[in-house]
Amino acid sequence: MTANGTAELADGQWHRLHPASPLLKGGLALVAVLGVVIANLRERIMHLFIPITNEFSGEEDPVDFIVANGLIGWAALVLAALLIVLIAGFYASWRMHTFRITGEAVEVRSGILFRTNRKARLDRIQGINIVRPMFARLFGAAKLEINQAGQDANVLLSYLGSAAADQLRVEILRLASGSRSPVARDDSEVQSSNFVERRVNELLAPELDPNLAPPESVVKLDMGRLIGSILLSNVTLVVVMIGIVTIVATVMSGELFILLTMIPAAISIGGYSIRRFTKSLRYSIAKTPDGIRVGYGLLSISNETLPPGRIHSIRVSQSLLWRPVGWWEVKVNIASRSATNKGADGQGMTTLLPVGDREDVRKVLELALPELDEANGRSPILTGIETKGFEGDGFSNSPRRAIAIRPFSWRRNGFAITPRSIVLRKGAIWRQLVVVPQPRIQSISMEQGPLLRALSLAAVKLHTVAGPITADIGALGVRDAIQFFENASAVAIDAAKSDRTHRWRDGQP
Amino acid sequence: MAERLDLAGVEWQRVSSKLILAEYLSAVIPTVVFLVGSWFFGQVAPFTRPWLTAVIAVIVVISLALIPRRVRSIGYKLRDDDLLFRRGIMFQRFVAVPYGRMQLVDINRGPLSRALGLSELKFVTAAASTGITIPGMPQSEAETLRDKIVALAETRRAGL
Repeated sequence: MTANGTAELADGQWHRLHPASPLLKGGLALVAVLGVVIANLRERIMHLFIPITNEFSGEEDPVDFIVANGLIGWAALVLAALLIVLIAGFYASWRMHTFRITGEAVEVRSGILFRTNRKARLDRIQGINIVRPMFARLFGAAKLEINQAGQDANVLLSYLGSAAADQLRVEILRLASGSRSPVARDDSEVQSSNFVERRVNELLAPELDPNLAPPESVVKLDMGRLIGSILLSNVTLVVVMIGIVTIVATVMSGELFILLTMIPAAISIGGYSIRRFTKSLRYSIAKTPDGIRVGYGLLSISNETLPPGRIHSIRVSQSLLWRPVGWWEVKVNIASRSATNKGADGQGMTTLLPVGDREDVRKVLELALPELDEANGRSPILTGIETKGFEGDGFSNSPRRAIAIRPFSWRRNGFAITPRSIVLRKGAIWRQLVVVPQPRIQSISMEQGPLLRALSLAAVKLHTVAGPITADIGALGVRDAIQFFENASAVAIDAAKSDRTHRWRDGQP
Repeated sequence: MAERLDLAGVEWQRVSSKLILAEYLSAVIPTVVFLVGSWFFGQVAPFTRPWLTAVIAVIVVISLALIPRRVRSIGYKLRDDDLLFRRGIMFQRFVAVPYGRMQLVDINRGPLSRALGLSELKFVTAAASTGITIPGMPQSEAETLRDKIVALAETRRAGL
């Protein structure tokens, strides 16, 4: 019945959270209140320890007032009552906050006066996050969040013991995957009996357990490249432009205050870049038996596991400034909207790879798209990243007349249908490649307005769940577009029929 | 030669021709407002360019004249595994939604369509951009179609 150790938490019984949860949840507020109190009583405390300075400012403060009026008893009483109410409240909320995990669903009950009961089906899990804020890490605690599709549809267990959270994640994924065999428990690690030693070991442990994923499948982020990618981002372009305008305006008008007006903007942009930097530190993407695991963070660390079939589309893209250095970014559309776990860019977990070279991109795509294992590197998904279109490249490309509306990219603009995905290749200056796994297509549309009609062109769009990626392709020849529309709807239906990823290890040991 | 989008060999189900009447009736109010407004401004401000009024009037007349064609361009077709939908003449749009992807089906009726016995069917998938609404369905037909599609969706249920 303890959430502290690695007891079986997924046994279908009701369990409680980590006993320190109320403290950790209210932790920051508590620290702030303590800080204010200490700051106000600083001189008094100094006086207690160093009685020589017995002459302090002499102003009336509440403590003097209480002492002078003989109210010490009352003050102590009020303080004690307050403490008792607080502790009783925390204790009750902890007692009433329980969860259980059965073979079908995860269920949470919480609240003292207003009871909440949330039940989520396991085969609808879109991902599991474990977040370890700095403060909670000191106590060896972690938040576990089970993501479901939809707005505010996540089940949050905060807090659990750090090791228990890892164990529970493995158990939930096992139950959700449909696998029948119990997970092999790793009991080889000798638990150190010393509390402090255990905490220190946990703090210093590598973010990604080396036993969890084969090291050759792990993609890590190089620190220098991370700094470079932020310096070369579009934000920098905007900053340089604003800077030039400001300096020109200042010189022209001779008014220095124009420079001052830029300070708030500079602070916010600097904050954004620093946040992006610290969030992406110690970034790693690895393949585990239950999907892709993305981990990041230096002080507050978090990791997210996306089971197979939970990625609704992937985009590999390169902004203009990254082109000379050959860096790429990989983003995904996923169905859940996490409220607590903002990703590397603060926009939720939609960035799979903040920056990486071609080799990293290939590795990440291989993790996310299992079909690449069989393609031996010849799949259009890999060849299409930076190629121009040519005959026999596996893509159906735009006709020559598309030059009117795609003056630079008409050669590159095209689509391909691979065994399990649909690939859209777009953009010559801002190059991008969008891959939509066939079973994730929700619907397909084909459009033509007056301009496209005059050129005998049409546009096709694959609809997926909302996210940073729109999977559309314009300027296709009309006959190509119609063919694509028909083929894409046919493969989407077939793929959805044979898709088993909601129980990704069903029938397997 | 400009090529139009078309799907060969699909026999489209058309919507009720009463929708033409409904569209005209709902176009009457803005047209009247426009006519009265331009007459009024012509009275109080004689410098208003008459050609401007004429241009707007021509646009209104053309769009009114196109209403029957626009309504006739709306079509749907229940195929074995998906619902096909089309609309538009100037801006053509074709959508295919596999039945297993339907999350819910709405039937909406405004006061005007209720008076004419029409309903609007709206299909929702997990993707916001699917956006299919079939207007101008006779009420009983709309309900039959909804029940049929919900049943089809149930047999082909898939994850997200």
